[in-house]
Amino acid sequence: MNAIDIQRLSKSFGRVRALDAVSFSVGKGELFGLIGPDGAGKTTLFRLLTTLLTPDSGTATVDGFDIVNDYLSIRSRVGYMPGRFSLYPDLTVEENLEFFAALFGVRAKESYDLIAPIYKQIEPFRTRRTGKLSGGMKQKLALSCALIHRPGLLFLDEPTTGVDAVSRSEFWDMLASLKQNGITILVSTPYMDEASRCDRIALCNEGRILGIDTPDGIVRRFDAPLYAVRASNMYALLSAARRAEGVAECYPFGEVHHLVAGGGFDIRQFMDQLNELDGLSIKPAAPTIEDVFIKLMKR
Amino acid sequence: MDNNFLSFVKKESLHILRDRRTMLIVVLIPVMLMVLFGFAISTEVNDIKVAVVAPDRTDGVRDAVERLARNDYFTFCGYTDNGCIDALLRSGKADAVVVFAADFDRRMQQAVSGLPSSPAIQLVLDASNVNTAGAATAYLQGVLLGAESQQSLFETHMLFNPQMKSAFNFVPGIMGLLFILICAMMTSVSIVREKEAGTMEVLLVSPVRPFKIIFAKMIPYFAISCIVLIMILLLARYLLDVPMSGGAAGIFSLSMLYLLLSLSLGLLVSTIARTQVAALLISAVVMMMPILMLSGMLFPIENLPKFFRVVSNIIPARWYIDAVRKMMIQGASVMDVWQDCAILFSMTVLLLGVSIKKFNDKLE
Repeated sequence: MNAIDIQRLSKSFGRVRALDAVSFSVGKGELFGLIGPDGAGKTTLFRLLTTLLTPDSGTATVDGFDIVNDYLSIRSRVGYMPGRFSLYPDLTVEENLEFFAALFGVRAKESYDLIAPIYKQIEPFRTRRTGKLSGGMKQKLALSCALIHRPGLLFLDEPTTGVDAVSRSEFWDMLASLKQNGITILVSTPYMDEASRCDRIALCNEGRILGIDTPDGIVRRFDAPLYAVRASNMYALLSAARRAEGVAECYPFGEVHHLVAGGGFDIRQFMDQLNELDGLSIKPAAPTIEDVFIKLMKR
Repeated sequence: MDNNFLSFVKKESLHILRDRRTMLIVVLIPVMLMVLFGFAISTEVNDIKVAVVAPDRTDGVRDAVERLARNDYFTFCGYTDNGCIDALLRSGKADAVVVFAADFDRRMQQAVSGLPSSPAIQLVLDASNVNTAGAATAYLQGVLLGAESQQSLFETHMLFNPQMKSAFNFVPGIMGLLFILICAMMTSVSIVREKEAGTMEVLLVSPVRPFKIIFAKMIPYFAISCIVLIMILLLARYLLDVPMSGGAAGIFSLSMLYLLLSLSLGLLVSTIARTQVAALLISAVVMMMPILMLSGMLFPIENLPKFFRVVSNIIPARWYIDAVRKMMIQGASVMDVWQDCAILFSMTVLLLGVSIKKFNDKLE
């Protein structure tokens, strides 16, 4: 039995189709990532699976329970960390943890072994008001609270948004160790670079799933030659490259532009065409998940 | 009561205790209102400045003036003459002028012995404030005719509030208003705050049924309201001398019922409002105006136009204020006001039922 099974799930808000016939499954103990920009429908999907919303059509089961008919059973089995910071800022770290333990009818001590790797880092501040913690510490506390009742499944909606790079990386290390405990984790993120830390990922955009695969599998889908180009005037380069012969696509990618070569593309010819630009350089580049995402999105 | 229910209550109490400013407001507002309505804002007429015009200062005149000067309600500000009356009243140096007729003693004599006579005293008042002028007239007549009152046609007894103290009238009104404010406003805001902060999302994705969380929220607010209630009753009894003749225990129990009703109202507001501002607006603006206007707190319900008289029936404060007034001042017992109690009780059950039914354990 899969931990999560989703069949053609749809949800609209007024005229906005937040989720459009989405189907996929997540296996037991899998770390599954939903990758996509804001408005892709990630939060809606989380709220449907945590039974906070009712779908317009389609079905889904979480841990074998139907999200519509058995929603109360699901609620005691999952840990949920919403996208927004959702602890009580006026309570201390310890009080928050104890409250969430009581909410699930357990004692904080009983789950200490599970949360210890995470909680230990914030334990020195246990008498501090949660509102006065840093972003990274808040997020660690929120994760501890979501884990306090030893859930079999963990839903994490953009847990690393608004958190510094070091804390983000630490957070993914924590998820990896939770996976060792057999917990199924569904996590969403707008950061493409985090996708490689997942077992499998689903790329989503505008309520649809563009592709599901392992991070490597997703990257292998990129079959065209890819180059990184740069010049001193990056803006002029972008428009010139897009007009150049044999260029399928060119888009900004960090400090360079990524150029996707189409049929009849020739590097020397390209350099000749753009020779007016100062400091022009072109190098082959390895495709990333973001390149795949852009390609799938344009299709 | 199980363990997790108690920890909810503890959590809510912590929220309240750490929000010092709100706590202070909750405690200070009742004291302020009581003092304000009890002393500063009052429909009683005190310190009426009276000037006297008396062509002949006969024994009868002297006697009457002395009675005026001795009376606590009046300040005698000297003799004047006919030409100055207008200027005195206009400048505010006097609120009323008593003009004795030249042959005052003789005219009084005739009046007392039942013979037809022309008026012996003329009262000229500044009626820019209708209430003050009306009360002053009544007081002046009473004092000036005092000696002859045996011959008066009427014998008036002001029962329950012989000194017509306005505090007696206001205290039940303030209670009716205040508890709605504290209970309804604070509960609804505290529930909606969880929706706004996103913590409601986490609460809902837990095995605890939402109404359990909500009852846990009500308990600390109920406790605070009871403290405020005791404070108000003590202030009313010992600062404003409200008699509480119906028995404090009865008034207290009735008020507890009203507290429950207000809490349920807050719960209902929280199921409608999505933001704290909306919850505040609904509880403060939408509920406060009808309570002020239609509960009998400021204006007698009998004086309202028919439409509003009908509407006033659904204002819980109307029944509460009515019952408290009877119990505090007339000395009615709980049994005497059973109708009010029954209405309040039904309203509580109805509100609680509707809001629990309406309370959504999903986000939409």
